[in-house]
Amino acid sequence: MVMSYIFVGCLILSVFSAVLTGNGGALGAAVFQGAQSGVTLAISIAGALCLWSGVGYVMEKTGISKGLSKLLSPLLHFIFPSTRTDTALAGSLSANICANFLGLGNAATPMGIAAAERLAKNKNGIATDELCRLIVLNTASIQFIPSTVGALRASLGCSTPFDILPAVWVTSLCSAGLGLAAAFLLGKVWRK
Amino acid sequence: MTDYIVPLILLTTALWSLRKKENTYDLLLTGASQGLKLLVTLIPTLIILLTAVTMLRASGALMLLSRFLSPVFSFFGIPTETALLVLVRPISGSAALAVGADLMAQYGVDSQIGRTVAVMLGSTETTFYTISVYFGAVGIKKTRYTVLAALIADFIGFFTASLTVRLFFPQ
Repeated sequence: MVMSYIFVGCLILSVFSAVLTGNGGALGAAVFQGAQSGVTLAISIAGALCLWSGVGYVMEKTGISKGLSKLLSPLLHFIFPSTRTDTALAGSLSANICANFLGLGNAATPMGIAAAERLAKNKNGIATDELCRLIVLNTASIQFIPSTVGALRASLGCSTPFDILPAVWVTSLCSAGLGLAAAFLLGKVWRK
Repeated sequence: MTDYIVPLILLTTALWSLRKKENTYDLLLTGASQGLKLLVTLIPTLIILLTAVTMLRASGALMLLSRFLSPVFSFFGIPTETALLVLVRPISGSAALAVGADLMAQYGVDSQIGRTVAVMLGSTETTFYTISVYFGAVGIKKTRYTVLAALIADFIGFFTASLTVRLFFPQ
């Protein structure tokens, strides 16, 4: 439903501004130009997206993800104290983080939801501190290779589509780290 | 340095999976076909939303919007041109991709704005979508401070993206 409002909002805003600025001719031409560029965009990112999904799948099936999750466990214990006693929770949480890390959004969500189910059990529909932190971690997106963005840059003629990686890593770490810090602080003061 | 990251990841993954006696080639094909399925689900959204975005730009609405928001954005050092992306990013992933593609094409992939857009896209997520999927799936009614904390993380992401691009790619 939200997207319907946004879409209609965009249309109203476009027609209104076109009348205001006298850009009616450009607006008419933009309709089919825009639709066509949707198809062009999809085709131009197809190659890199499929290739990377393939590589991510290999990493998952050959245990590279498992190795990564072992490295993660000290951090996991710190952010989610329940994982010290609940090994099933620790398993699905680290699988979730690793899948995000490898850029496998589709694989990450089911495992994240499995973890959320364990955290939400017997809580009467109220979000616990750990559950909030799980959401923040998932919305902050820590990605090693942002494949879709790389594909997009390559499709626009960029010869070094991944030269932004260091900037992406620093940014992801800052937003996840400070987001988690904010969640820790808010958890202390927010009423249950 | 960064030139070798992707080829080396490809090589390491392939070598490791051969060592594990896995059928590397078949696994790659399975994964790639999953990627293709994901892409197919994305196409209708990309078409509809790029229509809306292109109309917004052609009508001059985007210019008006960024003029309106520019004092706030320039205070935090975020390029005003990215206003629409910042507004859309927490709501819809494919819409953000569409807006981002449009911005990169318009200003150039290797421009300061183009790079900032790429880093923003690569380091943030569709916050509201994620929250509704997770809390919907496990039946949470009282979300407490989740939305606030997640939006703080998003804002820091947009701010840091602009900062790191300025630091790593000075012009």
